[in-house]
Amino acid sequence: MKSFKETWGFFDNSGGRDMIEEVFSIELPVGERLIINKNRITGRKPKDKRLVIVTGIHGDEFEGQYICYEMVRRLTEHQDELTGTVDIYPALNPLGLDVASHKVPKLEMDLNRMFPGDRGGTAMERVAAAIVEDISGADMCLDMHASNSFVKEIPQVRLNEDFAEKMIPFAKLLNTDMVWTNATATVHESTLVHSMNMLGVPSMVVEMGVGNRIDRMYGNQVVEGIFHLMRELGMWEGEVGEIQYPVISTDGEVDFIRSKITGVFLPAIAHNHYVRKGDKLGEIVSPLEGKVLDEIRVQRSGLVFTLREYPFVREGSLLARVLMGIEG
Amino acid sequence: MYKEEICRVPSPYREDMVVQGYRFGKGNAAACILGAIRGNEVQQMYICSQLIRELKELEAHGWINVNKKILVIPVVNGLGLNVDERFFGVEDIDINRTFPGKEDGDTTDRIAYQVFDRIREYTYGIQLTSFYMTGEFVPHVRMMETGYQNVSLADLFGLPYVVVRKPSPIDTKTLNYNWQNDTTAAFSLYTGKDDSIDEASADQAVAAVLRFLTRMGIIRYESHSGYISHVIKEEELMDVHVEKGGIFKGMAKLGEYVRYGYPIAEILDPYEGYIKEAILAPTSGIVFFTHTEALISQGDIAYRMIHRLHQ
Repeated sequence: MKSFKETWGFFDNSGGRDMIEEVFSIELPVGERLIINKNRITGRKPKDKRLVIVTGIHGDEFEGQYICYEMVRRLTEHQDELTGTVDIYPALNPLGLDVASHKVPKLEMDLNRMFPGDRGGTAMERVAAAIVEDISGADMCLDMHASNSFVKEIPQVRLNEDFAEKMIPFAKLLNTDMVWTNATATVHESTLVHSMNMLGVPSMVVEMGVGNRIDRMYGNQVVEGIFHLMRELGMWEGEVGEIQYPVISTDGEVDFIRSKITGVFLPAIAHNHYVRKGDKLGEIVSPLEGKVLDEIRVQRSGLVFTLREYPFVREGSLLARVLMGIEG
Repeated sequence: MYKEEICRVPSPYREDMVVQGYRFGKGNAAACILGAIRGNEVQQMYICSQLIRELKELEAHGWINVNKKILVIPVVNGLGLNVDERFFGVEDIDINRTFPGKEDGDTTDRIAYQVFDRIREYTYGIQLTSFYMTGEFVPHVRMMETGYQNVSLADLFGLPYVVVRKPSPIDTKTLNYNWQNDTTAAFSLYTGKDDSIDEASADQAVAAVLRFLTRMGIIRYESHSGYISHVIKEEELMDVHVEKGGIFKGMAKLGEYVRYGYPIAEILDPYEGYIKEAILAPTSGIVFFTHTEALISQGDIAYRMIHRLHQ
């Protein structure tokens, strides 16, 4: 069977102003290369502004795949309304996506803890460095994530507190339900978004849904926001739909509910619902003994913006996050 | 010797994971030795088990010095060892990138917190550990350059090399980094293997730890004086990268002195067997690290060499 490349002729989509380019590759041991591809879509005045959309750093997160598809589809359909350039990278960890692995297969490292990479380092450090180099100079970078396979999230922008003040005006335009500024800087230092912000490229993480799934409603919501952001950046002259403005929150306004016991979690509420103090969030049961080990009740009223999807829990496992100060 | 429970992690499907500590002597918390934090660190667990065996005998003879307490924790990630998973649990988290942990954090945070809470009082901390890249090192002591590191103390292990590494953001959650920041003199010991047992380098590590404990006045033990360590800054190691992916055929041995221009490896085509790349030594020096897997990707490190050092 012919490959996509052989069939369609080196990814050049029939003479349009979009071009699939190979950003970087490394030769794998057995008959294959690891390739980072991007689709560059150029409008009028391509050198004016450049927006970068990346996803697939974690191979078990697919929400960004739909967003990339939808962005390319809409942009190429209405390319005359685009001013500037949009670069779309759907798979920064292509081997991980191919086997649904959160980390880089074999290396067992989280690619999003390897930035800004090293041009003279190991193979994946070189990949990370090449990605950073290719994005450098952009006017904005959006890194699309799903949640992991364990909890489901509402669409949200996550900002590192060091850059929050500068980024909040842009984050508000992305049509998410929430913008969450959090303070775990040590962990964020080696992420792509932190590295790009340090290099002067305004960058944000957008997170939604759950691992290994696509929620098209969430995807469409965020895509609408990206077009709003593009219009604000002066890159889009086409129509934009209505957007909502998000709740802006910090760590102090989020209540983490964790399991106190090991067992199987059965939720009693749906994700993205308002709860009042005392409402039942769910229970943890023992399949062997056939009894309820713990009944979890909400301690503070608010919006359940994170809810556990994966049933097995240990002591400390995250069951839910509640955004306080929100009434239904 | 007293066995003490450091932490317990229950499971609905398996027996509880109990992290056990083995305490020798009493009084001042002198030295703590930690083994397998990752589920593939079989060699590290083995070295700790041999240390426990030796320390039991020393204690029976009264050779643990007065007012000195030693704690050995041979295994932290026991669940991982039993199912051959390097990281912990279904979330697949590296416990050694979770320190100092959090009392109210997720499961891995809590394990790290409880372990760290029990070991932070010790004056000297020795972690037997593995590197993120697969391959083998010449046995050495490794320290982070946190500003609290004491390289001259590392020399007292009597191993041939001490490596000092500048921490990057990814290192700030490791045990070594957090131990040092908490004012424990922390050392990481690297031996030849991880997921299998190499008796020779394990014996060397056991001897090095006992030598260090003797020199710090914690035990009485007669041993060979070992080496006067050669101190290397990690950034001074010369990495030999491969330009092609394929089958890796290494020809230079760990610890061997190679001359500039000598062939040290070949990369073979995996289908047709021809030599795609012949790798020549880029400098004269000692082979400090070698790639050990049969396959290699373009850009990977085949060897790390100590530039212009003779045996």
